[in-house]
Amino acid sequence: MATATALAAPLLEVRDVHVALGGGPVLAGAGVTVRAGEVVGLAGPNGAGKSTLLRAVTRVLRAERGTFLLRGTPIDARSRLDFAREVAVVQQLPEAPPTMRVEELVLLGRHPHLRLLGRESGRDRAIALDAMRRAGCDAFAERALGTLSGGERRRAFIARALAQEPRLLLLDEPTANLDAGAQGEVFELLRALAADGVGVLVVVHDLTLAASYCDRLVLMQRGRTVAEGPPAEVVTAETVRRVYGDRVTVVRHPSTGAPLVVPAVAGTEDRDA
Amino acid sequence: MDARRIEPAGAVAAPASRGAGLRRLAHLGPVAVCLLVLVAVALASLSQGAAGLPPRTVAGLLVDRLPLIAIELDVPETWRRIVFDVRLPRVIAAGAVGAALAYSGAAYQGVFRNPLAEPFLLGVASGAALGAALTIVSPIYSGAYGFGWVPAAAFAGGLLAMVLVYLFSRSGGSVSNATLILAGVALSAMLAAATSFILMTAGERTQAVLSFLFGGFNTASWSRVAWALPYLLAGSAVVAVFARVLNVLQLDEEQAAQLGVDVTRTKLLVLGGASLVAATAVAMAGVIGFVGLIVPHVVRILWGGDHRRLLPLAALLGASFLIAADLFARTVIAPQEVPVGIVTALLGGPFFLWLLRARRVGDL
Repeated sequence: MATATALAAPLLEVRDVHVALGGGPVLAGAGVTVRAGEVVGLAGPNGAGKSTLLRAVTRVLRAERGTFLLRGTPIDARSRLDFAREVAVVQQLPEAPPTMRVEELVLLGRHPHLRLLGRESGRDRAIALDAMRRAGCDAFAERALGTLSGGERRRAFIARALAQEPRLLLLDEPTANLDAGAQGEVFELLRALAADGVGVLVVVHDLTLAASYCDRLVLMQRGRTVAEGPPAEVVTAETVRRVYGDRVTVVRHPSTGAPLVVPAVAGTEDRDA
Repeated sequence: MDARRIEPAGAVAAPASRGAGLRRLAHLGPVAVCLLVLVAVALASLSQGAAGLPPRTVAGLLVDRLPLIAIELDVPETWRRIVFDVRLPRVIAAGAVGAALAYSGAAYQGVFRNPLAEPFLLGVASGAALGAALTIVSPIYSGAYGFGWVPAAAFAGGLLAMVLVYLFSRSGGSVSNATLILAGVALSAMLAAATSFILMTAGERTQAVLSFLFGGFNTASWSRVAWALPYLLAGSAVVAVFARVLNVLQLDEEQAAQLGVDVTRTKLLVLGGASLVAATAVAMAGVIGFVGLIVPHVVRILWGGDHRRLLPLAALLGASFLIAADLFARTVIAPQEVPVGIVTALLGGPFFLWLLRARRVGDL
């Protein structure tokens, strides 16, 4: 494994990113690395700069300074279209007309692969259908977006990203506002994609969820990367307290030993008993 | 709608030729329907007027004009004159203007993701009218190029109005739906006032400006149609190139950018093309409101929002709509003519109010 990773450049390598918005610095030296086939969780308190880092990577936002490499070459050297053929994004609150049908939305994911005057081929349609199956929205492909539940809507936008056939998938809090079961389903999907060789970078608030499903975690605080590594090394009582304050603590799962982040409420034991 | 439906890969590849022909017909369906409506409305308009002609005879005259087809028709020469020199240029001018207004309306709505955007409400029509009025009172109008300057000046005025409205309604990188229309209506009022002022001070040209401003198609002629056609084709070609990209722009700008769309460049080119089309329509027939609002909306309800069909279908239906409105305008209190803009406003005003009630505009 060591030789394999040493030979191949990481899918995404981002270092020392500086972004200032509205006067103040939002990112001050953040960085993250994603290799093919791994799920990397990006966590940290509100305002740590997680979404900003994603937007800087996708060039929606200009960084003042920083190194952005996609498979070893600078991201700026690629055209927008070229970049979109390799990197897909699922935003936190993406917009689309409420009358647009799921299958229409997903087919838009083929845009980077089409010529300006080209139209979707049978192959494009097959890829879109496959993306809908994987994301679990093929059953309601013909429904309008305005009629979907929050979880169904999320799946439709994930399918749109999958239709791009990306090497790298970036997701901004794909589990926000989903129930526990649906959250698990999203992460199962991300694991399956990683098994196919896709690199996944996912912003996630729930550290327990992140620790259960991610290969590595990147913990951010005030625009900086403060910890990076396997979940067991990053999610420790000491680090979590340092980043989130002393209202939370870490316990170990009784049978698996996985880190569980729980509220540190005085007298919890008494109440549970 | 059916054309964009995703079918299982097997169904596409399968040699089931029985279904293929039907599907092709279903794909042609909306175009065929719109063409049939257009032919029917055009025929009605060619037949009706001060001299009522039998539609069958008019159809015969038209078919006779086609290359390689000759029909023996025993009709008076005056009938031919009425059809080919008076009514046909008028019908074609009304059709071209209706198509242009509906087409540009659909394009504006696509760029702004706003169902209320259309040339009249955005102030583009008033800007174009001011540009055209300025040209008519200027010395160049009587020069060699004559009417040829009017569409160019209308384009300049319309584009300027578009840019001003866009800049006014833009805040923090996004354009609010309500602000866009309010800015358009406000600017429209200012530009209309300026045009009225020009009218007051036009002296001997007053009649020329006035007949332009009242709009309509009673001055339609083959030469004006010929002047306008290149502008219409150029503008609509630019928009047509980006028809599929407009579908991607229906997502928010961040998503569109992440899908590889150069959002700013696309918007500028489509707005430029749409404004050229809309301004040429104004140069041909004055300010005619609401066609660009009603027609694309009806097409979207009937056949969905894919711009690759929305744009051409809106053009076809827009042509029928304005030919019908013009027919009504010139026959309802004949021999007097009602300006066609009054007819479209009487229909469009209530439609606009209904849209405001039926949908929360902020959501769209």
